[in-house]
Amino acid sequence: MNGSLAMVPQATDYLRVLPEIVLSIFGMAIMFADPLLKERPPRTLGTLALLGSLLALAATWVQAQYPGFAFWNMVRVDAFSVFFHFLIVAVTAVVILTSFEYMEVEGIRAGEYYGLILLGAVGMSLMSSAVELVLIFLALEISSIATYILAGFRRRAAISSEASLKYFLLGSFATAFFLYGVALMFGATGSTSIQVIGAALSSFEVPALAYAGIALMFVGLAFKVAAAPFHIWTPDVYEGAPAPVVGFMSTAPKAAVFAVLLRLMFEAHAPGRIGLIWVVAALSMTLGNLGALVQNNVKRLLAYSSIAHAGYLLVAFAAVPDSGIPAAMFYAASYAAMNVGAFAVVSHFSNAGERYVKIEDYSGLSSSSPLLAAILTVFLLSLIGIPITGGFIAKFYVFSAALQSNLVGLVILGVLNSAVAAYYYLRVIVVMYMREPRGEVPVSAVPAGMGAAMAVSLAATIYLGVLPGRVLDYAGRAVAEWLH
Amino acid sequence: MPQNYIPIFLFIAVVGFLIPVTLVAAKLVRPENPHRTKLMPYECGIDPVGSSRGRYTIRFYIVAILFVVFDVETIFLFPWAVKFKALGVFGLVEMLIFLTILIVGYIWIWKKGALDWV
Repeated sequence: MNGSLAMVPQATDYLRVLPEIVLSIFGMAIMFADPLLKERPPRTLGTLALLGSLLALAATWVQAQYPGFAFWNMVRVDAFSVFFHFLIVAVTAVVILTSFEYMEVEGIRAGEYYGLILLGAVGMSLMSSAVELVLIFLALEISSIATYILAGFRRRAAISSEASLKYFLLGSFATAFFLYGVALMFGATGSTSIQVIGAALSSFEVPALAYAGIALMFVGLAFKVAAAPFHIWTPDVYEGAPAPVVGFMSTAPKAAVFAVLLRLMFEAHAPGRIGLIWVVAALSMTLGNLGALVQNNVKRLLAYSSIAHAGYLLVAFAAVPDSGIPAAMFYAASYAAMNVGAFAVVSHFSNAGERYVKIEDYSGLSSSSPLLAAILTVFLLSLIGIPITGGFIAKFYVFSAALQSNLVGLVILGVLNSAVAAYYYLRVIVVMYMREPRGEVPVSAVPAGMGAAMAVSLAATIYLGVLPGRVLDYAGRAVAEWLH
Repeated sequence: MPQNYIPIFLFIAVVGFLIPVTLVAAKLVRPENPHRTKLMPYECGIDPVGSSRGRYTIRFYIVAILFVVFDVETIFLFPWAVKFKALGVFGLVEMLIFLTILIVGYIWIWKKGALDWV
């Protein structure tokens, strides 16, 4: 066999990135169809996007049949990456369902919206299976650039453009940190492959350059998951961006970045992991919850809550891999379910121009629309971490993993923070159930697509809370297959 | 490791020496008769009046961005052209996929009217 033939990828290489290929094809088809089909039924492109995401879900199953490395060890398909692929693509499908109503109410006809969601999902999926830092960087950029534009999609609202611009400027800055970290890591170990870096960092004395590299990469990634002290952008961007987009970008890209962080922290044997994570997790939990206490806007409240949840999730990163990684994976899934659901309710309720996003607007929702109030209550209870919801099991496993690793201080801080968090989530529930309804806030009937999105997230939240066994087993097996 | 930095320090030393020397030498050698007009920015053209922070149309940015996109496309074509024989049919197919993606983008900007000047 001559040298040139060895460079040609095999057919299985392509099967191992099949979900990405399907999503790219549909994303491009939508971009193509938008200017060419000027006269089209209103939901054509949305339906096409939904079809694409469902096919990508099927492609994830195909991909799972071919575990192994692809494209010269740059992509690794294992149970771990399949888990995150499934999560990201499922979130994408649910978000597309919630967008149908929003686009019509807001009068946004641009088809790029659906195209960008699918193309962003390409980057996020690729992040969860990439095991080479340069490819991770490219995937991170694909996902970030799509979300920068999506944040500004309410073009008539100045606040949305502001969100987009802030997110873009700060996000590019954070990406530069990540890239600089990659460069230093390459200098320290001579490789950009996570596996090789891991071998290098565990075999000889860790050079100081590797500490700097990990720290810089961590800054870039912590920005993307909105962990304190890199969280400043979050409330403004979440407030300005369209509600379904916030549901998307607070879950899918975060899950993808957490997947990258897990690979980086555990497979690359990141030096100084526990100290770094300890400080950032403690800060995120505390600043997120304290910030949420004083919010009157539901979207800002959920933004601070998302910072706090990033903190809880990071607690698992300080634990030993065998219990920490499955706990983190489970937390990412259950957070995605409840947060996408909460934002589906917020986006349905907000009405044209996002007029009703204040907590007082929810007064008496239980009498004007008991079902909507009940659904939002379940999501909020799950965000608090009340039993029989996914949020409870997720927190339980994260904190027990941390206890097994003797991180008593961090666990005490986390539990105290959960108690503080209960106050502001319960405040919304109290307003919905115990205040008189304000007549001027209209509550329209839930359309079919939105209803389906709420039902899926509700079912997932309850399923993860009542029968967490299968998902936890899967996560445990994924870690065993990955690390042993 | 530290000895790798020796050339860099040498460069810094040479630069630190050479710049003052050339500036001082020029000052000693050249004739000096300053004039108001000579000290103006752009002495060779129109009188600089008004603010330099004028506004100009955003279309320039769109053209600049499009230029960068297709410029980068060309940069990717060069290494492929050099290695064309070694990459063979596989390289050709990959390049056609790459170009297809860019052509989809091209048709998109065309139909969206980004290329119309007005």
